[in-house]
Amino acid sequence: MSSSAGRQALTANLLSRMPLWREADARARRLALGHLDEASDAIRLAQDYRLLAHDLARVRTLLPGTRTREYLEGAYARAHVTLHRGAWRADRALIGLFRDELPAVVRWLLPYILWCTAIFILTVVAGYALVHEYPELIGLFASPELIATVERGQLWTEGLLNVVPSSVLSVQILTNNIVVTLFAYCAGILFGLGTLYILGLNGLIVGAVFAFVGQHGLAKQLFSFIVPHGCVELSVMCLSGAAGAALGEALVRPGPGGRSESFRIAALRSGKLLSACALLLVGAGLIEGYVSPNPRFSLATRVVIGVGYWLFMLALLSGRLFPRRHTVS
Amino acid sequence: MSARLPELTVDSVTGIDVALPVAGAGARAYAFLIDWVIRLILGLAWYSVATIVHNGDLSLAPPSETDARWFGAVVAPALAIYFLYHLVLETLMRGRTPGKRMAGVSVMSHDGSAPAVGALLTRNVFRLIDSLPLFYGIGLIAVMATQEHRRIGDLAAGTLLVYDIPASSTPGTAAHSAAHARYDAVGAELVSELLERWPLLTSEARCQLALQLLARQGLKTEVLSAADEATLHAELERLMTSSAPRSA
Repeated sequence: MSSSAGRQALTANLLSRMPLWREADARARRLALGHLDEASDAIRLAQDYRLLAHDLARVRTLLPGTRTREYLEGAYARAHVTLHRGAWRADRALIGLFRDELPAVVRWLLPYILWCTAIFILTVVAGYALVHEYPELIGLFASPELIATVERGQLWTEGLLNVVPSSVLSVQILTNNIVVTLFAYCAGILFGLGTLYILGLNGLIVGAVFAFVGQHGLAKQLFSFIVPHGCVELSVMCLSGAAGAALGEALVRPGPGGRSESFRIAALRSGKLLSACALLLVGAGLIEGYVSPNPRFSLATRVVIGVGYWLFMLALLSGRLFPRRHTVS
Repeated sequence: MSARLPELTVDSVTGIDVALPVAGAGARAYAFLIDWVIRLILGLAWYSVATIVHNGDLSLAPPSETDARWFGAVVAPALAIYFLYHLVLETLMRGRTPGKRMAGVSVMSHDGSAPAVGALLTRNVFRLIDSLPLFYGIGLIAVMATQEHRRIGDLAAGTLLVYDIPASSTPGTAAHSAAHARYDAVGAELVSELLERWPLLTSEARCQLALQLLARQGLKTEVLSAADEATLHAELERLMTSSAPRSA
């Protein structure tokens, strides 16, 4: 048999498998529309995938530039996408995220968290020292309305609930905090400088306002207002700053895979932390709307709420909130 | 699959790579606009219905004093629909939204698999950057500047937008016939295509193409050169239905 005749025979044999391709493609389309949760479906799809791959390799050689190849390329790609879609369980994905992935991310980010916390504390001290030494500098950090209110011997938080209902206040606060947190993270794309700027600026404002309020004898009231929600809110600021700093470092000092790949890996890992940050800020916002401005809560109650919520945050981030069940054989 | 589209080539465990067509700025903008209209309509619909229920009449005006119930039942859900639309639907629909479905695109991981929840979260968080300064300016520049048309969110999440694999017409008639026919598969496909497009062609084109294809299949076209369209059409159909196997 000549090589040309052999090629023709191979082609004819290959094309006689067309009904098998159609069946495999129809199955992939059907499974793509529904859930691919049954093991038998996955096994059958894997067999189809191998069949299509095998025949596509031969068609690419024997019949390039034909509709047969075009059809088989499409069928093979569809089978690939369907097979690699995997099973989908929202509850398992969420539990996996909070029980396994989040603690791993926190462990990875621990040096960044410590550094960002140190930077935040330093900027708070710097802001405090600046305004303590030069009170007129408060104009750089606070609005004229806030300054005027404090100079009248009042906190801007007093009577807040008479102006805005708690629920409205909560939603406004948590929305604002979530946006700031996300920006602090995303600003890491500027080689980490954007994150450091947001972190530092917030630290300076906190320190400066505390110094200014202290000069007017209102430090205790401000502490009493901040402590229920502030423990978690300020910690979340440091956490998002740490995630943003990790992004920045991936761009400044990329790994062997290059800058783009390092950025992708850092963003994918650190981004998971933001889901926890957003959830924690929802809780902090509710506390800030319902508890912090309400004068009926004593300082002790406020401290208990603040510290308790902060311990809850630690349990969430360390994975202790969703412990694994130990099976006894 | 069109050769003009950039493709994502994915290595497969089978050793045979998979080619997925990558969607560009146009398809992205089209999908985004559809989604924008949908979420706007949904958000406004919620606001309207909830306001009417809250007010107890057909007035859509907000109450003079906005209480917690109005904010919690009317404003907050409408804003949530508008701002969480992409994140929630992409997570539930495995990288798709109604707009993406209508535009025929979906989000996919760089390895050709469906994106994980973490990747979708990261992708959507970076909308904050992509949407700056106006109308997704940074995102659009990134899409046009990168090889695989990825915005910053896609670069961060390791995702990209690919076209749904088109349901290419099955080469059934042509290829299946070619398996049994006396003629090669490529020739059979060409004959099949010509027969399909026969009504769309001019008389001159029909005759010219038919004679060329018949000559390609080794038939003596001298005797057919003077034949009319109907004869040539019949001859082409006879070729396609011929069942005599080619001798080896």
